[in-house]
Amino acid sequence: MSLFGFSLRPRRTKSAQTAKDRLQILLAHERSDGSKGPDYLPLLQADILAVIRKYMEIKEDEVDIQMERNDDVSSLEINIEIPSAGPEKPIASALPRKRARSRC
Amino acid sequence: MTQLKDKEPLGKVIVITSGKGGVGKTTSAAAIAAALAKREFKTVVIDFDVGLRNLDMIMGCERRVVFDFINVIQGEARLKQALIRDKRLDTLWILPTSQTRDKDALSKEGVEKVLNELKEQFDYIICDSPAGIERGAQLAMYFADEAVVVTNPEVSSVRDSDRVLGLLASKTKRAEEEGAEVKAQVLVTRHDQRRIDAGEMMTIDDVLEILAVPLLGVIPESTAVLRASNVGMPIVLDEPSAASRGYEAAVARLLGEEVDGHVERAKKPGFFSRLFGAPA
Repeated sequence: MSLFGFSLRPRRTKSAQTAKDRLQILLAHERSDGSKGPDYLPLLQADILAVIRKYMEIKEDEVDIQMERNDDVSSLEINIEIPSAGPEKPIASALPRKRARSRC
Repeated sequence: MTQLKDKEPLGKVIVITSGKGGVGKTTSAAAIAAALAKREFKTVVIDFDVGLRNLDMIMGCERRVVFDFINVIQGEARLKQALIRDKRLDTLWILPTSQTRDKDALSKEGVEKVLNELKEQFDYIICDSPAGIERGAQLAMYFADEAVVVTNPEVSSVRDSDRVLGLLASKTKRAEEEGAEVKAQVLVTRHDQRRIDAGEMMTIDDVLEILAVPLLGVIPESTAVLRASNVGMPIVLDEPSAASRGYEAAVARLLGEEVDGHVERAKKPGFFSRLFGAPA
């Protein structure tokens, strides 16, 4: 109900809207992930490592996986530190970066 | 009270527990961990509530969970991969739990292994216990050095806290193997001085008389708590409030500092704060 253009209902505060937005994004992911079967990420990690190991030697500690879930796009970032080819030419400063994007 | 970087980590395990649900365990675990991290202690907060994780939401990192505590216990991921670094404090980390599995995924050996690894890197390891007294809650307290029992001044909460204090005295590693005690202190949350003045709520002294353990602190009922959880901010990192000052004082006491007075008297809202709804 509105009187002279002002709503008489209490104005929704900013933090309540933030709470609702966060829940909607999170629950959308949890509901869809639930139908895909739980916890595919460890399997995905193992598969990616197995493929890379076919071509080069890497340790499990040198793999960094990060995820950022957003409303329409989620990004899965996998950083793998690849050891330098030999002691005489270190290439540690140039870390190869693999970035996979999955649409949800 | 700063922790030098090359110093040996303290490796202290503190469980935040209560028995009853909804009394503020996760809010308190997040606030205590953040307050310790603010004092430059390297701190990690672990969610033990397998299947019903919420610490990630309260800490505001729910979109960044890739691997969790259960993945680490089951050897599917390294601890380093599961730890999430807080974006606001570089001394604060969170170890989220699994949302898809149940409490049976926790094993005593697995929990011990992860805690031992964390002790080598962290000053404080804060374990956020699930409600109840089942497996998850028992494992959250089993390896603790100290306990914070979160209690509301209300009959069912105080009764459940008493039950949990009994478990802390008997069902922990310290009690079983060393015959020693886990130091337990009570944190009274949702304290409302106006209702106490009206005779509608038990006083702090009433609660302490029944539970017979030392008081760690008192957190006044505050609108700031809901606001902080809405935006995923531990309350001590949000705008100052009576609740955040309550947690800061509780953490000072946890560190053995002398702090005067337990209860900040809630101010009557003034005309402008009533008009504009300023946080209490």
